[in-house]
Order: sequence, then C-alpha cells, then structure tokens
Amino acid sequence: MVIDLDRCTGCQACVVACRQENNVSFAGEKEAKLGRAKFWMNLISEVKGTYPDVEMRFLPIPCMQCDHPPCTIVCPVAATYKNPEGIVAQVYPRCIGVRMCISNCPYTVRYFNWHAPSWPDDYKRGRNPDVYKRRKGITEKCNFCIQRIRKAKENAKREKRRIRDGEVIPACAETCPSEAIYFGDLNEPKSRVYRLSKSRRAFRLLEDLGTEPKVYYLKEGEWNDG
Amino acid sequence: MDSEAIARKYDRILTPMTRTGWKFWATVIPLSVIFLWSVLAFGWQYHWGLGETGMGHPVSWTLYLVNFVFFIGISHAGALVSAVLRITHAGWGTPFGRAAEAVTVFALAAGPTNILFDLGRSVRFYWVALHAQFKSPLLWDFTCIMTYFTVSLIFLYVLMVPDIGLLRERFPGRRWLYRPLSLGWTGTEKQWSILGKIIGILCVAVIPIAVSVHTVVSWVFGMQTQPMWHSTIFAPYFVVGAIYSGIAAIIVVTIALRKVYHLENYLKPYHFNNMGLLLLTFTLLWVYFTFAEHLTVGYGGGPAELAVLWSKLTGKYALLFWIMVTLCFVIPFPILIFKRTLPGLLVSSICIIIGMWIERYTIIIPSFIEPRLPYARGDYMPSWVEWSMTAGLLAGFTLAFVLFSKFFPVISIWETEKEEKEKEGHAKGE
Ligand code: SF4
Ligand code: SF4
Repeated sequence: MVIDLDRCTGCQACVVACRQENNVSFAGEKEAKLGRAKFWMNLISEVKGTYPDVEMRFLPIPCMQCDHPPCTIVCPVAATYKNPEGIVAQVYPRCIGVRMCISNCPYTVRYFNWHAPSWPDDYKRGRNPDVYKRRKGITEKCNFCIQRIRKAKENAKREKRRIRDGEVIPACAETCPSEAIYFGDLNEPKSRVYRLSKSRRAFRLLEDLGTEPKVYYLKEGEWNDG
Repeated sequence: MDSEAIARKYDRILTPMTRTGWKFWATVIPLSVIFLWSVLAFGWQYHWGLGETGMGHPVSWTLYLVNFVFFIGISHAGALVSAVLRITHAGWGTPFGRAAEAVTVFALAAGPTNILFDLGRSVRFYWVALHAQFKSPLLWDFTCIMTYFTVSLIFLYVLMVPDIGLLRERFPGRRWLYRPLSLGWTGTEKQWSILGKIIGILCVAVIPIAVSVHTVVSWVFGMQTQPMWHSTIFAPYFVVGAIYSGIAAIIVVTIALRKVYHLENYLKPYHFNNMGLLLLTFTLLWVYFTFAEHLTVGYGGGPAELAVLWSKLTGKYALLFWIMVTLCFVIPFPILIFKRTLPGLLVSSICIIIGMWIERYTIIIPSFIEPRLPYARGDYMPSWVEWSMTAGLLAGFTLAFVLFSKFFPVISIWETEKEEKEKEGHAKGE
C-alpha cells in the first residue's frame, strides 16, 4: 500500500469506509474517552503554528503489515502470523486475549475488544456479511481487507489468470476522494505501487526498527512524480 | 530422643497448630470476605469484559501484570534463600527455611493467577499449552513458572516429611491427613540418607530454576519494542529486585509468626541481624542496577526512551518514581546499616515490599503511556475491579499462609534439632 500524503485532505472517508467494510464496532463516547475506540484505519492530524499561519498535516495509519512483524512472534498461541502473501493476519477464534501483540506493535495499530462489540441499531443492518465476527476479549486490526483479496483470487482462479494490478482495492483506497491510497503487489516490478515505493518521496514509519513495513508514504510538498 | 520428648521440647512450635482463639477467627473471617469479594469482582469482569478495568488503548497491560511480576518476585525468597543457605551450611537460616519455602509456593500460586485475570478469554488459558508457540517469551514464562512451582512444592514437602512423621504420632485426630503425607516415615537410617540425597539434589536444582523464572519474566518485557523495556540488563535487574522483595517478605512473615505464635526462642535477634545484612546487600545491588539502568537510558536513549525516562523522573510518574526510590533505598538503607533490630527490620521490609510493587508499576505503565510513535496516547487509572483483585490476592496469600500454619509447623523441627546436636558436637569436640 502506498499513501500519498500530498493528496490526503484529511477527510476521514477512509476511516468510515474501513469501519463499514470490516464491521469495526462502535465504542461510544464514554468508552472512547477511556481509549476503547477502534480505528483499523486511523487518521492522525497535527496542527502547526498559530492563526493565521496555520498548517495542518495528516497521516492515515492502517496496520503496516510489517515484513518482520514484531507482533507475531510474541503470541503464545500463534493466533497471529504472516501469511504467504505477506499480510499479518489475525486468527480470531485462536486469540486468547493476552495482548502481548498489542504491546509489541511499535505502531500501536492493534485494537482490543474490551467489551462485547456493539453497533447503533440502524447501523446493524448494513454490516458486511463477508467478514469474520469478533467477540469480546480478542484482538483485531487492519488486514488489508483480506476478504476482498480472497474474492479477487477466487475470480482469477476461475478465469485461470493472475490477479491484475489494481484489481484488488481495499475499502479505504476505494473510497478516498482524492485518490491518495494505492494498493497492489509490491513484489511485482510492473505494478504501480512498486513504482511509487521507489519514488524519491517514499518513506516508511520507524524504518530504523527494521520491521520493514509494507505501507509506504509519499512525502507532501513536492511534485507528484508517481 | 523419642517423639514424645521432642514434642514436649518443641511444644511452642506445636501448640499453635491446635489452639485457635478468637484472634484466629478475627483474621480468617475478614480475609475470607475480601477473598470472596475478589471472586465476585472477577465474575463481573469475566461477564462484561476487560473493559471493566482501567485499561484502554494503548495502555493494554497494567495492574495485573504489576501484581504478576510482584508476586513472582516474592516467590524468589523461599527457594533461593533457603537453598543457598542450606548449601552454604549457614545455620542461622534454619528457622527461616520453612516459612520461606511456604511463601514461595503461595506467591507462585498468586502470581500467575494474574495472567488468568488479564486474559481476554480466561477459560482458554490452557491453549498456551495446547497451541504452544515457542518463539513467544510468554511461553518461556509459562514453562519456567510451571517447573518452578512444581519443584518448590516438592521442596517444601520433602523438607517437611520428618516433621509430618512426628505430627502423625502426635495428633491422632489428624491421622487422615498426616498418614498419607508422611510416606511411612519412621526415621530409620536408610530413610535419613535418602532424604539427605533428595534435599541435596533439590537445593542445587532449585537455584537455576528460580533465576530462570525471573529472567524470563523480565524478558516478557525486555524482548519487546516498547521504549525503556528493551534493555539487556533487565534480566539481572529483575532477579535482584525479586530476591530483594522476597527477603523483605520473609522478614515480615517471620516477624509476624514470631509475635503471634510466641516463637521468640527459635527466632532470635541474632537470626534477624543476619537476615538484615543479607537485605542490606540487596539494597545496594538494587540501587546499583536502578542507577545503571536509568543513567544508560539518559545518555544513550533515543527520543522515545527519553520521553519515558523524563515522564518518570520529572513528569507524570515522578511522584511514584521518587516514592519508590525513597521506599526502596532512602528509608531502609540507613536503618539496615545502623539498626538491624526487629522493629527496624520490620519497617524497612514493609517499605521495600511496597516500594518494589511501585517499581514494577513504574517499569510497566509509563512505557505504555508514551509509546514509540507520538500519536497514540492514553492514561491509566486502575478501576475498582483491579483493586479488588489485588486485595483479594493479598488476602488469599495471607489466608493460605495462616491455614498452612495450622496444619504444619512453621519452623522445621527436625532441622532445628539437628542443628542443636551439631552445635553440641562442636562444643564437645573442642
Ligand atoms: S504494524 Fe503492528 S500490527 Fe501491523 S504488522 Fe506491524 S507490528 Fe504487527
Ligand atoms: S486496508 Fe482495509 S482493513 Fe486496512 S485500513 Fe484499509 S479499509 Fe481498513
């Protein structure tokens, strides 16, 4: 995944779309204050300067799907692992809720079900039937909309071809009005994300930790050379 | 000496086991109430979810982990102290042995229970064994603690067998309990030599196991990316802290037993003086490690580490941090140098126990409040559920000890006897 910060307007559409696509439950105002809100995709904003010289910067943060994920090795029951595609997956029924993965994720993007998940009543009907249910006491996080990847793979298999570049679009990327999020196969030199990840503007978060995140950001403030 | 004579001689140790006054009930009943209350609290948390605690994003490990490390720390007292003192033939350690070993076993029962509370799905705890993933430090913990628990239980038990043999003769009413436990002990030559061999092996085995336990407990933190956890000296630092709080716990427990059961003849000021010297050594070790750890971070730490360090030294956790330094060093240090009397030792040991609990708190929680990336910030205040569990654990621990003292002698009779004989032998030989 590549996120172009130059294009991000901070509209939070990705946050909403992700919640909708993945049935991320609502915490409610009171609980959210205690830090129980879940944001598989989280939009961080930073305000710089004072009026009238104000500058605002945004950073959308999904799970980085680290290539050397520190979160997976610490799980005592192997409930989270890096799958062959490189996605760090969470096996909900296996999770016993010890939360060591949460504490060892340097990007703090893993979320815990502190209570049984709940939604506002009229929201419930619109839940996505394609994603796995989560119960209280387990961990969840962004999985690059794995259900969409699976569907695309099945289609491709049926039609006996490889998945085309841009065929899989996660909810956040699909909804982004300024098209700031790109998704594709980083191992495929012909893919768009591969090209963008090699751009001079590309960087990753906390690269010095050696986690090798698979989410690249493109620095703002320069020409889009993607 | 026959059993009758021994029993008469050690009357003071044996009488409290059968006599229960109002004081006994005045201790046991409130403790049981607190304990039952914590069971209710756990039921509440189990039903509604971990959201009933004060935890949240990103502070996901809190009081339960603090209690876990704390109790495991206390458990180091027993095995280490009594094994080391036995191996080195430090006779003054004899009256502490039994109490220390019992503290170990009960603390080891209390510590890991916290992990059960901490699990999102507590009933699935056994999956750690079923679906073990050996790369996880938590699994190392599980393995080491289980081993330690088993070995210290055996240790406590084996060292009690001759005494149980005595009790079997002494209290016919309790034969149902003592007969199977005494394993047919009659005190023959052969039995003594077997016992001696087993004790020798256990003493040697228990030391590395105990060290390994707190080492891996520290690695649960040390192997993580959280700022200020990722430290190479965490293992020895934790082990030293563990023994430190453990010795303090033994001192408190034995002083209490001495007072309640009138054991002044066996636990003499001279014994406590030596224990105080041991405690003093660990005060110095602890301060050395704490200083080294924080100074290194102060000079070599990255921005994330420094943020945590400053929150401890001058920021949000400064108050707790400096209380810890006061309780673990400033107060006990002069007392232990100049006044190793019973009240002095009691005060410093209680300070150390509280201080070491706070130490675990300030190691675990500030790192969560200031994680590596500067956006996820949270706060933490324990909820009533967590406090209830903590109180319940303490109550359970004390209760277990009180009940233990009603069924088994808290001072090893046969070892005291043996020691006396040896002393007499020396006197004659000279
Ligand atoms: S960002 Fe966090 S949760 Fe995602 S793979 Fe990396 S360590 Fe694991
Ligand atoms: S990839 Fe899917 S799960 Fe991840 S942030 Fe985007 S919408 Fe959410």
